[in-house]
Amino acid sequence: MNGDRAALLARVTEALRVPAPLHHEKPSKPATHSVTAPFREWLPPVGASPAEQVALFAKQSEVLRTEFLECPSPEAAAQHLGKLAQGHGWKRLAMHRGRLADTVAASLPGSLELLRIDGGYEKNALEACDAGLTECESLVAQTGSVCVTARSSGGRALSVLPPHHIVIASRGQMVPDLAAAYEHLAGKYGATYPSFISFISGPSRTGDIERILVLGAHGPKKLTVLLMP
Amino acid sequence: MISAPEPSTQFHTDADRTTADEPRRAAVRKALGNYKVARGKTESAFTSWEHARDAAAAIKYEGVNHLDKYLREFEEKFTARGGKVFWASNSAQAREYILGLARERGVKSIVKSKAMTSEEIHLNDALEKEGYAVVESDLGEFIQQLMHEPPYHFVFPCMHLKREEISALFERELGSAKTDSPEELTMIARRFMRRHYIDADMGISGGNFIVAETGMISITENEGNARLTTALPKIHVALIGIEKMVPKLADLALLLPMLATAGTGQHLTCYNSMYGGPRQPGELDGPEEFHVVLLDNHRTRLLADPEQRDALHCIRCGACLNVCPIFKNIGGHAYGTTYQGPIGSVITPHFRGLQDWKHLSGASSLCGACTEACPVKIDIHHHLLHNRRNAVQEQKVWWERLIWFGYVELMKRPWAFKIAMRLAPLGQKLHALVLGTRLDPVGAWTKTRAFPQAAAQSFHDYWQERKAARK
Ligand code: SF4
Repeated sequence: MNGDRAALLARVTEALRVPAPLHHEKPSKPATHSVTAPFREWLPPVGASPAEQVALFAKQSEVLRTEFLECPSPEAAAQHLGKLAQGHGWKRLAMHRGRLADTVAASLPGSLELLRIDGGYEKNALEACDAGLTECESLVAQTGSVCVTARSSGGRALSVLPPHHIVIASRGQMVPDLAAAYEHLAGKYGATYPSFISFISGPSRTGDIERILVLGAHGPKKLTVLLMP
Repeated sequence: MISAPEPSTQFHTDADRTTADEPRRAAVRKALGNYKVARGKTESAFTSWEHARDAAAAIKYEGVNHLDKYLREFEEKFTARGGKVFWASNSAQAREYILGLARERGVKSIVKSKAMTSEEIHLNDALEKEGYAVVESDLGEFIQQLMHEPPYHFVFPCMHLKREEISALFERELGSAKTDSPEELTMIARRFMRRHYIDADMGISGGNFIVAETGMISITENEGNARLTTALPKIHVALIGIEKMVPKLADLALLLPMLATAGTGQHLTCYNSMYGGPRQPGELDGPEEFHVVLLDNHRTRLLADPEQRDALHCIRCGACLNVCPIFKNIGGHAYGTTYQGPIGSVITPHFRGLQDWKHLSGASSLCGACTEACPVKIDIHHHLLHNRRNAVQEQKVWWERLIWFGYVELMKRPWAFKIAMRLAPLGQKLHALVLGTRLDPVGAWTKTRAFPQAAAQSFHDYWQERKAARK
């Protein structure tokens, strides 16, 4: 059953018989030469070198209140996580399997209970975790965003249900902008995209009450991005 | 049953009442002032915001003007990945489909993330009438649900409420303790909602974009409630207007930052998620079923009007409301529509009848602030004029025509005009007798404005006199 498909499509085709003028307003001068991606000419500028991009990501993270840290090694990353665990009194950390995630997990303090969700999970058990650790597809310098997908980041819920989301990334994953992040996905997956792709820009937030910013609306209250070489 | 007042009567009564509510207006003004500052800052970070607008308009033009082609492409790609598409011509079909699905799958509880389309088709009422528990998970929508009030603004649903009011509401409805901290209020809602995400067996969302190329829908949000709604329940239903179409996935690289900039002054909204089908083989969670309900509900009527077709380019950022002097003064509820503000005034007459809703197009100063603010360059304020013109052409008003006829006849004859000018001061004296009473023929005007005094001597007479003196 697909409803009123034929009738609806017929109405659309009929409605479009008379073409509409392209713009009611005059386009800006000089006229736009292309309306296809990557749109870089008009979006906020991003430096070309990796160092500039990391610096921009760090700057955007500050605005977004993401904790962003460059770690020289997996051990250093694990050490930082150990500090966070102690500071916030974490008991359980949920994670998925992955090359980067596993190297960091190997050096985590033994007192931290790990919930590995690769074989599936119980929703309540995941909800009870203090933090969720994931890898990502890419980091977007222009907007300070983390691109996660169902394939690369342990499904859909791991990066949003626990109150603290930790992202482990490597320097090579930094891309300048959203267009580059989409290019990367297209190159990696072709036509078989993961069913879920998300750009995460900072911890969850709301301004619904008197337009005052509050972090941790329904998703994570904190977001930590650890960048390794 | 008391019958509802005519839309235009309701509009006038409500607008009168809300403009008199000075404290509420001040609060709305303050919030929108902050928006303006934030947006200005983000917009100026663009290398060229104006060119970005051109490109965004062109993308939406392509999507809307080849909608049939792209709808088919979307359907093909989306169903190939196990998604189900339902085509709804009107709200009844959309409601019936979702209700039927809930019945068939034995759904018990439903969690919803923000969807203006669901307000449009009154989905919650329909579901609740059938006994389903439905919870709005977006904080603002949740508050409005508890208030039993429609959203005040389609991006900021409860911007008109003060924290004391929300605290009192939560105290009454959720039994929470009194607080004046927005943070604590947010946490009350967070704690309340967690259970619902986990227990719900159906998640209903809206959608900001439909991507033809890859068969995806895209959802923009700040809170993470839409992500939870679409991650945990075993059925996901997205209710989305057909006009949300964009041709390519990479088009979002432009539209997402522009939506955020124009909507809230953010560089990018906190979560921008693209959903292409239910859980795929090899993925470890996600819904088993994903249904996209494509809603027409009179959108094709607007599509058939080439002059105003670009109104379907709207990405619902809310910018035109935020800058509108009318919205700032009368507020969102006075409109009596699902979509408030300038864009609502443009599209509602197409969706719900021109004669019933033409008064909204009249309620505009035509300052053009909306058109200037629009990220996809919709010619909003001219469309208000088009609606006015169409309304008159469709249903001529005899007394207006009579007045214009008289005016033309008068202007054609200088001698008649001169006499009329001489009589004007006398006419004003007579008018003064009925001013402020119900006999005043131009009472609607003089209620809030003073009529300028006619000069004792007309300009024409003055000029002649001056010329004579010079000689
Ligand atoms: S008409 Fe333009 S400004 Fe208004 S909500 Fe739509 S996209 Fe935004």
